[in-house]
Amino acid sequence: MTGKKKVSRRKFLIRGGIGTIGVLAVGTYLFRNPIRRKIVKVINTVETPYQGNTDNPIIWFEITKDNKVVLHSPKVEMGQGTFTSLAQMAADELEIDINQINVVHAESSSGNMDSFATGGSTSVSALWVPLRELAATMREMIRIEAASKMQEDVVTLKLSNGIVSSANKSMTYAEVATGVSEWDIPDTPELKPLSEYKYIGKPIARVDLVDKVFGAPIFGMDATMPDMLYGAVVRSSKIGAKFIGADVSKAEKMPGVVKIVVEEDFVGVVAHSMIQAENAKSQIEVQWEGQKELNTDDIKEMITVGKGTPYVIQKVGNAEEILEDGENLIVSEYWSPIGAHAQMEPCGAVAHVEKDKATIMISTQVVAITRNEIAERLNLERDKVNIIPTFLGGGFGRRLHTPNAIQAAVLSKAVERPVKCFFTRKEEFQNDTFRPPTHHILKAKLSREGKIEAMEHNVSSGDVAFGSPMMPRIAEPILGADLGAWRGGLIQYGAIPNFSAISWRVKLPFATSWWRSLGLLANTFAIESFMDELAIKAGIDPVEFRLTQIQDDEKGRRLKEVIKAVADKAGYKDRIIDGRAMGFAVSTDVNTPCAEIAEVSVLNNVIKVHNVTCAMDPGLAVNPDQVKAQCEGAIIMGLSASVFEKMEVENGELTPTIYGPYKMALMKHAPKEIDVVLLQGTDYPGAVGEPPLGPIGAAIANAVFRLTGKRLREMPLQANLDKQS
Amino acid sequence: MEISLKVNGELYPIEVDPETPLLWVIRDVLDLKGTKFGCGKAACGACTLLVDGNSVRSCSFAVKFAEGKEVTTIEGLGTKENPHPVQQAWIEEVVPQCGYCQPGFMMATVALLKNIPNPTDDDIDRNIINVCRCATYYRMRKAIHRASELSQQETDKRVENNKV
Ligand code: FES
Ligand code: FES
Repeated sequence: MTGKKKVSRRKFLIRGGIGTIGVLAVGTYLFRNPIRRKIVKVINTVETPYQGNTDNPIIWFEITKDNKVVLHSPKVEMGQGTFTSLAQMAADELEIDINQINVVHAESSSGNMDSFATGGSTSVSALWVPLRELAATMREMIRIEAASKMQEDVVTLKLSNGIVSSANKSMTYAEVATGVSEWDIPDTPELKPLSEYKYIGKPIARVDLVDKVFGAPIFGMDATMPDMLYGAVVRSSKIGAKFIGADVSKAEKMPGVVKIVVEEDFVGVVAHSMIQAENAKSQIEVQWEGQKELNTDDIKEMITVGKGTPYVIQKVGNAEEILEDGENLIVSEYWSPIGAHAQMEPCGAVAHVEKDKATIMISTQVVAITRNEIAERLNLERDKVNIIPTFLGGGFGRRLHTPNAIQAAVLSKAVERPVKCFFTRKEEFQNDTFRPPTHHILKAKLSREGKIEAMEHNVSSGDVAFGSPMMPRIAEPILGADLGAWRGGLIQYGAIPNFSAISWRVKLPFATSWWRSLGLLANTFAIESFMDELAIKAGIDPVEFRLTQIQDDEKGRRLKEVIKAVADKAGYKDRIIDGRAMGFAVSTDVNTPCAEIAEVSVLNNVIKVHNVTCAMDPGLAVNPDQVKAQCEGAIIMGLSASVFEKMEVENGELTPTIYGPYKMALMKHAPKEIDVVLLQGTDYPGAVGEPPLGPIGAAIANAVFRLTGKRLREMPLQANLDKQS
Repeated sequence: MEISLKVNGELYPIEVDPETPLLWVIRDVLDLKGTKFGCGKAACGACTLLVDGNSVRSCSFAVKFAEGKEVTTIEGLGTKENPHPVQQAWIEEVVPQCGYCQPGFMMATVALLKNIPNPTDDDIDRNIINVCRCATYYRMRKAIHRASELSQQETDKRVENNKV
């Protein structure tokens, strides 16, 4: 056993259902930790434990008549490949073929619900032990039942591909489960050794691949309900605008309008089509108050280091003292802009509110929070609200808060029919929960031998975790610093004798929140650009330079391994060959070290990334092909964010409001080669989806310096280079 | 106004404002949800489908212009038993992540291969200009080359069969 809690025998129960034979429902797997412990655990390990809910009954598995197993996943699928990894984990312990498993989103009324979220690159690692234990327990239940049905000794039975067989008989799992009303539940069985797994660790195809290639209607925006109407809600384009009232007389007369709904906090239209709803919405005259006529420069001023509240988040030795006197002091400042999620599927929901219950179909990363907020708004018991999660057309943190679901529900209640209500793209860009802008000051002193004697990182950022419904208010005084903002902001070079990191918290006047990898992208950009500056000052090869600053413990060893692996694989050379330079950077995120080398050219002032080599150690890769896919995607998304993307604030409005003007990497900007090397430094899975986003910005900037002599200390890099030329 | 629309080989008489973007007719009237909404302003390509074999951003294309023409959506491209070469290539390269943008990219690829059966990387860069936020571009490029190969093989086979 792995030392984790065992599945309580009392908590298993079996129900029959329509179209299913056996439904294996499991109650509380892990009890809810006291909030403080939860937070402390997050701080200590930057890992999120699985936070299952306590409602009963909770369905994990169903066996269907055609001898397939349906797995109800508490984690949502937003592209990260979690469904596939979970299928592999369950199939291996259940002794079924991977094609016999069907993963679906757990509904809140009957499925298991993670009271935290899907995010933070923790889905696979959090379920690694519990899911396999549940699957193994179910397998043994089937074995025991089969033994009694077949009148054989339990130990003589073999289970494989969903079939139980003895020397001369065999039964499918479905046959075994048929008619069983009471099951014998064994103690949690031992998990198989890694070497015996058929699917775990193998690059099998995504379980949702075919649906996605044939355009199956699986996303929130594809959801429909019988007799459904369309809603549209007015949203202000101005920062700080608060709704105070609306004149709806013109809008009421627009074609197709069923009802205009004026609430205390918003106004919306319900009509017979989406277009009618949007047209009527444009005729509503809204009164707002509290708009703030801010501009980008005002925001930049607000987040300057020194303006917010400082929290020391890391302190070894006494860097502050050493860096106080100016002799031989090296100082650099870095900036990152406001970033938009720009996920392809806008936020929205289909809601049906009836007299004493509500059903919501939605792309959400926070099933439990979505449910609880709707229950509260509608004054319904939580168990009367059923959230049916759909596939997400991109998450990236955008769907960690879903007020749009409340609006759809309120509109539905008003017309007593199902209502579908989505954001327009302009609203997405202006009412996003943005990646906060950041400012960094880095200071260091080098010894004569080129070792860093002392180093300090000051990062100032808008909120990430704080202010989010996922982070209870009581967490703020306990934590002080925003753990999302400082993600990636700690100094990972433990052999430096004196180092500290200080996180400055700034509350911005617009919503800032989780964006894939949180502070990692900006913090790594700053720290790893600075490390490159120091290496150049010291006159030491940048890869060598980093290796000498790393401590000798387990963490340090894994970090050194990825650095060596990436340099080796890319054939790293710190010189310009055929007009191309290699830029190097490395980060550690959620215990996953990741190093990247970008091969870059600058022709006519245009930054072009030709190839990227990446070495990452996420521990055990449950599906190495999908881990690589995550690296490829994160590298290009990180390239996009660091080279091109930037939201501006103009006269109180966030702009631009459309793809194109919001510059992003397209096909032509994507590296022609992305070579990913996976190391396995642990025998359990770690974080995958976000860590590879860290190093790319700094890697590109470091290469650009070699090519142009220009140090780009502000993202987006292309705009910065244009400015300097 | 009544318009008769031919989608994936089937004729649909529909009662609709002729200025309605084709996308909404496809999605909300015909209930074919594979063609996606991303921006509504011809800026992302999520809504790409084929009109007489040419790629069109259907969010910004009035339904009246599709009258009398052949509209093809992702649902009409291939079947699971007999996938279109582009879909086959997408499966082989395991392209999709969230998957939302993928129908648009596949339709744009079909149109590209019709005009340029054997595209170079430059051809791909110039013609495939949709947005994928999961940034699956690396595998898409491989899949486009693979689709070109598969289409070529299919054509060769057809030529072979005709000889017999
Ligand atoms: S939805 Fe048509 S191009 Fe974006
Ligand atoms: S696969 Fe998610 S947007 Fe392209």
